[in-house]
Amino acid sequence: MQFDNVQQLLVMDGHGVYVWSAVFVSVCVLIGLIIRPLRQHRRAIKKIARELNLKKTGKLTGNSQEASDASNT
Amino acid sequence: MKLNRQWTWFHRLGSPRWFYQKTQCWLPWLGAIAAILLVTGLVWGLAFAPPDARQGNSFRIIYLHVPASFLALAGYYLMAIAGAVGLIWRIKLSFMLMKSAATIGAALTFIALFTGAVWGKPTWGAYWVWDARITSMLILLFLYLGMLVLRHAFTNHESANKASAILGLVGTVNVPIIYKSVDWWQTLHQPATIKLTSAPSMHPDMFAPLLVMILGFYCFYALALILFTRAEILERERRASWVRELVAEKQGGL
Repeated sequence: MQFDNVQQLLVMDGHGVYVWSAVFVSVCVLIGLIIRPLRQHRRAIKKIARELNLKKTGKLTGNSQEASDASNT
Repeated sequence: MKLNRQWTWFHRLGSPRWFYQKTQCWLPWLGAIAAILLVTGLVWGLAFAPPDARQGNSFRIIYLHVPASFLALAGYYLMAIAGAVGLIWRIKLSFMLMKSAATIGAALTFIALFTGAVWGKPTWGAYWVWDARITSMLILLFLYLGMLVLRHAFTNHESANKASAILGLVGTVNVPIIYKSVDWWQTLHQPATIKLTSAPSMHPDMFAPLLVMILGFYCFYALALILFTRAEILERERRASWVRELVAEKQGGL
């Protein structure tokens, strides 16, 4: 390792603030890029499941187009 | 007959269902490879690579700045090509990939600009300089954001796809300008560290972790693109019978 201890690794001769803030922001954005589609995916599945259940229990009458439009709003 | 078979292959490739089912088993592998490469590259670059003779430790920002910029630019081409394919062959999946690429591209361009700014402070003494490279990169961010905002201007989904595909194609003019900006204008930004045509201007000890990070970012990009597109497919195709069967099956398994 280029640094003797963790303290030095964090400070990096005064450049630590810049380096670590760059790392922190980048890592947050990258994690966000994974979490966001996963949540979107789960939401979509839930929405479709709700539509299917509504149809099955017969709470909604009419064609499927109306059923999915109703749960959209 | 032969031609016919080729076209069925082409259209199957463009089918959202095929994409959704095919990519399912790739995800864990792609995720593991991307995570291993990124963690290795980052730890290596931050703690083990030697400091730069002139810039000291601030140069370590390169391990995020260069890969993010690389993918922001390569991703723009991918997005523009996806838009063109969608326009020419009217392939839905292509437009979905375009939309996903716009979101990821905007985020990566933001990383490139942010890490560039915090690198600029200790190196040039300023967070922001209206230099050719940085300004053209800012335009890239606006192009990506424009792609995302333009969609909301249309109520019709198909017109939204067409309009953003055209915007994406027009915007490709900017990409070679970004690449060449450091050669064409007198800029504060340093010239490219890596060129395909010549050996890297970097010591191998510094270059190796950068290469690992670039590979990691490529895998990460593929992973994010697939995840965003899969979510988009479910939303767009929620009335298709295969999606309903898939959800019903999942529910039954719970």
